[in-house]
Amino acid sequence: MTNPSSGTDGEKTGWAVEISALNKWYGDFHVLRDINLTVARGERIVICGPSGGGKSTMLRCINRLEDWQRGRVVVDGKDLTDDPKQILAVRRDVGMVFQQFNLFPHLTVLENCTLAPIWVRHMPKKDAEELAMRFLRRVRIPEQAQKYPVRLSGGQQQRVAIARALCMSPNIMLFDEPTSALDPEMVKEVLDTMVELAGDGITMLVVTHEMGFARQVADRIIFMAEGQIVEINEPKAFFEHPQHERTRLFLQQILH
Amino acid sequence: MVAADRIYLREAPAKLLPAPVASTGVVGWVRANLFSSPGNIALTIICAALIVWIVPPLLRFFFFDAVWSGADREACLPSAQNPEPGACWAFIRAWSSYFTYGFYPLGERWRVDLFFFLLAFGIAWLAWLGAPRRDIGAIYFFIVLPILSYVLLSGVPIIGLPDVPTSLWGGILVTIVVATVGIVASLPLGILLALGRRSEMPAVRLFSVTFIEFVRGVPLITVLFMASVMLPLFVPDRLAPDKLVRALIGVALFASAYMAEVVRGGLLSIPRGQYEAAQALALPYWRMMALVILPQALRVTLPNIVNTFIGLFKDTTLVFIVGIFDFLRTIEAARGDPHWATPITSVTGYAFAAVFYFVCCYGMSRYSRNVEARLARAHRR
Ligand SMILES: Nc1ncnc2c1ncn2[C@@H]1O[C@H](COP(=O)(O)OP(=O)(O)OP(=O)(O)O)[C@@H](O)[C@H]1O
Ligand SMILES: [Mg+2]
Repeated sequence: MTNPSSGTDGEKTGWAVEISALNKWYGDFHVLRDINLTVARGERIVICGPSGGGKSTMLRCINRLEDWQRGRVVVDGKDLTDDPKQILAVRRDVGMVFQQFNLFPHLTVLENCTLAPIWVRHMPKKDAEELAMRFLRRVRIPEQAQKYPVRLSGGQQQRVAIARALCMSPNIMLFDEPTSALDPEMVKEVLDTMVELAGDGITMLVVTHEMGFARQVADRIIFMAEGQIVEINEPKAFFEHPQHERTRLFLQQILH
Repeated sequence: MVAADRIYLREAPAKLLPAPVASTGVVGWVRANLFSSPGNIALTIICAALIVWIVPPLLRFFFFDAVWSGADREACLPSAQNPEPGACWAFIRAWSSYFTYGFYPLGERWRVDLFFFLLAFGIAWLAWLGAPRRDIGAIYFFIVLPILSYVLLSGVPIIGLPDVPTSLWGGILVTIVVATVGIVASLPLGILLALGRRSEMPAVRLFSVTFIEFVRGVPLITVLFMASVMLPLFVPDRLAPDKLVRALIGVALFASAYMAEVVRGGLLSIPRGQYEAAQALALPYWRMMALVILPQALRVTLPNIVNTFIGLFKDTTLVFIVGIFDFLRTIEAARGDPHWATPITSVTGYAFAAVFYFVCCYGMSRYSRNVEARLARAHRR
């Protein structure tokens, strides 16, 4: 089921994401410590680790929702500098799904999905709506298109959020604990959607503690703690022979 | 018995029963709302007493004993038929065109009427939420209407509309112009200032904070004085805008400082996640604000915005300080007319002013309540 070989077909135009010597501080607090990571195109990465380990912060550096003091992040060949044009260019190609969904409550589900295609990609409204409906069908909630987000269940909202991100046709998708805010019975519907997405060859970086999902789709799993990448490995090896003491402890805690 | 309760399976559906009689209908409502407890009963009685005490005299003054027509003060003096005359509406009628137009030349007053009509049309277009093409309505209201109004009211001799200097304007015309300009200018300016106050650029932030705090820290009268007395000191005579324009600028700046704080309150209520989601979708700053943040922030704070509008509408009465004949000032002037000198002339004038301001402000208030209710229905469960 896992497909480690796809992690190496980055020959087209380099890497999807290249993070080198990334360091970030919140005041005196060293939140990201010398992060180095390259992600190949089409690769599916799962990031796990204890709370406060810097997982979200690292993920958010990839679309520049956070800035940093030292280091370099290159996304799809575009160097993320302070240049706003460059930042917007990267964000156009990077979709993000948040733990709290962050749908726009004043817009209908359909309008949530068409907003960026219309105002960022300058797509005619009709085309944008067609596109949105296509993705809403893919996440299996086309019948909710005219409703406002508050009327949807958490799982449905998160699927809308996924559809909204997909409407920008991103090359890379970032997921920050997409199922953590959901009631248990809704976790599966969102994970199923993500598994399907993983089958499409889109580059995915997913922060999650759903180890079943990690086993099923991840090409590599990253374990982060105290602002550092402690261990990166392929799922089988990661779960069966964790190299680092810290990883072993963490896996013991969440797998039992 | 305990054992029998432990396991239970309903075999037939429970009956649907109508609500008890006493909790519905008029009797039920009265009982639940007016006489539900001793405290409530006492309040009900006190309120009823207040109504009985206040309302009949008011009705008598405004309607039953009021004088509706007459040529001069004689009509409104106590007489055999009407020993205690109420409001002297005849006086209001005699002066009504002055109250509306001030000294605007008689032959040109159709221009003011047309302006009132165009304004009412624009307001209706924007205020009626179901109206067709409200985007064109907005263009009409914010771009076409100001130009048309200027051309109409001030005059462009080349196209056959003689100049009417603003010193001749007065009454409701001036009040409406000042209030509308203040309201229309203060919202966008206030939004810009509020955004400026939260800007990441220190210079922009400093300017916004200084402006807001300075303007909020002084009374409107001071702002008006500064606008009308100090501005000419800095601007050469030739370029100095006229008195009304100066007052308009003063009012607009004053109102925008208040509006900025109201809008800021709305912005504070928007969770960070909304900004982040918009940014993650690659929306540039102004689009993020216009499409995601401000629609929500303004909605949250709509009652406060309307509250500020209402305050501003009433504050426009202060422009008389710099010698502008707004509505209240025309009443002030007219009530001194010896032809109409009666004990109730002044009272009638002020009552009329009160009714005018109340109708306008209450209209705004009702409208905002309607919009709130509508938005609440649309976006909540
Ligand atoms: N804006 C901020 N200012 C100061 N400290 C912050 C800020 N945001 C995050 N932190 C701190 O940085 C550390 C890393 O946060 P981050 O959200 O990246 O952790 P995480 O691995 O995603 O944890 P979780 O599993 O709880 O989401 C935490 O200790 C957090 O308290
Ligand atoms: Mg996190």
